[in-house]
Amino acid sequence: MIAALGGIASSTSRGEEVFHPTRAQYLDVVAAIKAADYATCTDLTATDYLNAQVARTLPESIAPERFELVVSLLSISQVHRLRLRIQLPEDDLTVASLFYLYPGTENMEREVFDLFGITFVHHPDMTRILMPPEWEGHPLRKDFGVGRVPVQFREAPGPR
Amino acid sequence: MSDETMMDDEIPSGMDEAGEIADDAPVTSATVGDLAYRTGGSLEGLAPIELTPDILRLIEEGGVLRLPEDGDATPEGTQTLFGEDEKMIINLGPQHPSTHGVLRIMLELEGETVVRSKPIIGYLHTGMEKTAEELTYVQGATNVTRMDYLSPISNELVFCLAVERLLDVEIPARATWIRMLMAELNRICSHVTWAATNGMDLASTTMMIFGFRERDMVLSFFEKTTGLRMNTNYIRPGGVAADLPDGWEDDVEVMMDTIESRLDDYDELLTGQPIFRERTEGVGVVSAELLLAMSATGPLLRAAGVPWDLRRSMPYLAYDQVDFDVIVGSIGDTFDRYAVRMNEIRESIRIVRQVLERMPRGDYRVQDPKITPPPRARIDESMEALIHHFKLFSRGFEPPEGETYVSVESPRGELGCYIVSDGTNKPYRMHMRAPSFVNLQSVPALLRGGLMADAIAVLSSVDPVLGEVDR
Repeated sequence: MIAALGGIASSTSRGEEVFHPTRAQYLDVVAAIKAADYATCTDLTATDYLNAQVARTLPESIAPERFELVVSLLSISQVHRLRLRIQLPEDDLTVASLFYLYPGTENMEREVFDLFGITFVHHPDMTRILMPPEWEGHPLRKDFGVGRVPVQFREAPGPR
Repeated sequence: MSDETMMDDEIPSGMDEAGEIADDAPVTSATVGDLAYRTGGSLEGLAPIELTPDILRLIEEGGVLRLPEDGDATPEGTQTLFGEDEKMIINLGPQHPSTHGVLRIMLELEGETVVRSKPIIGYLHTGMEKTAEELTYVQGATNVTRMDYLSPISNELVFCLAVERLLDVEIPARATWIRMLMAELNRICSHVTWAATNGMDLASTTMMIFGFRERDMVLSFFEKTTGLRMNTNYIRPGGVAADLPDGWEDDVEVMMDTIESRLDDYDELLTGQPIFRERTEGVGVVSAELLLAMSATGPLLRAAGVPWDLRRSMPYLAYDQVDFDVIVGSIGDTFDRYAVRMNEIRESIRIVRQVLERMPRGDYRVQDPKITPPPRARIDESMEALIHHFKLFSRGFEPPEGETYVSVESPRGELGCYIVSDGTNKPYRMHMRAPSFVNLQSVPALLRGGLMADAIAVLSSVDPVLGEVDR
């Protein structure tokens, strides 16, 4: 058991271990987990809980916010996975980048920035990755309707 | 894009603000500020190697070129970027037969040597994760099967395993073993297709014909079993769509014998062939440490000597009941990655033969009318069966709220599925951890210091499937 995770709210979801650090604790917690031989960050994504009505499982001490960052860490030596869920308020969508702990999160964080609009502080290349650079909006947000924006290609000739 | 902006972008923005890091509330940890401080502010100005922290050395070795993708890469642009030296930037792709889809790589060249590079993706992005939020769980498998078009079964499998974990249902033994059979056939199919395209990239067109010939045998069996050659939608929540066809044992046996004997042909054609070995040995060498930091998985990681295979390490289905070896390489070059895949085909054949012997009898799907449709014949005689059928395909089922992350070993690495259920009939959020997307990050590290001519061989050895990269 990692000592730094002692005071962190935790829960179990379908038999999987989940921790809920606050945004201020996030980087320290990940650094401690990494020091405990979790060599790989397998996955980093986010969820947009647009409405407070959406049912979700959180420990009581954690106040739900609109956005949630979900990070999966893997220890190959201990054959164990951990998941972190970090609440991010809608009015200040910034969080520390894991790039200097896990360089492999570079593209995953770019993807979350692109599709959710969450900015990662001190990420070396915070640009869009899947959508075109000039795209407006963040498609995986719940208030971004499917098919709302007609697809247009840069430098395309006008209507024929 | 002015020249000045490009100059600014070249120095990673996170690093030159060392003084401000301490003021930032979320970054109270010593880690980031300290790292940036100790290395003098930028990656170009690294301290001597013994003083450089491991992680920064890895980032530097990662060799990512951080330039805007729509920037000016004309000779004039590069002149201002690099001054009088010999560096230039060229684009590989997106329209290039060896990029396995529409992948574009910006290469920074110094003469013939690749210095840094940046894969640029998104040309095939169709918003499948967004689409999944609009489809019920019953329809979901149809969507995910289109992500990695070379291994549709793995995609369906991971999605269905995640949905089943949300529902908390046990699936019958026969369904599990059918899934395992199909997943391994799919792995064989995917690896021979890789061998074919890799052969084509290295100018061995015979290998291309051979590989696609073997692939077609597997696809024909898929067609017989599932009705479709690709994007089968065969594995569904609760089991599989249909039982195996009569006489499947003979089909599979013949197929395995043929493919196994033809692997010897491949050996003759490629493995022992001097030109092939010259082009692959010692090319694109990368350390296991770097690959782990880059989150790489699958044959790419195993070729560097890390015996990490989810089928063995975190068994799902019935992989703990079959006998197979995890193949690892030694130095992690392009030849190792070739050899790992070739031997994985042999191991998959071994697994398929064991499945053939031990296939249990029984149901091929859960007999729970809330999750799987009733048998066709029942619909004609039972009103209730008709209602269940109608409700399943119009409304679907509603897993209890919660979230789960399930992962399987796809032919390309760890394929993960993260589903959040809010208690309705559609996933609130469905995220796929695509192995190609993550493995592609290692490409700059693999290309770094190599020759331009080797870039194609190296890129091919990573085996990215662009449908999955962009989703």
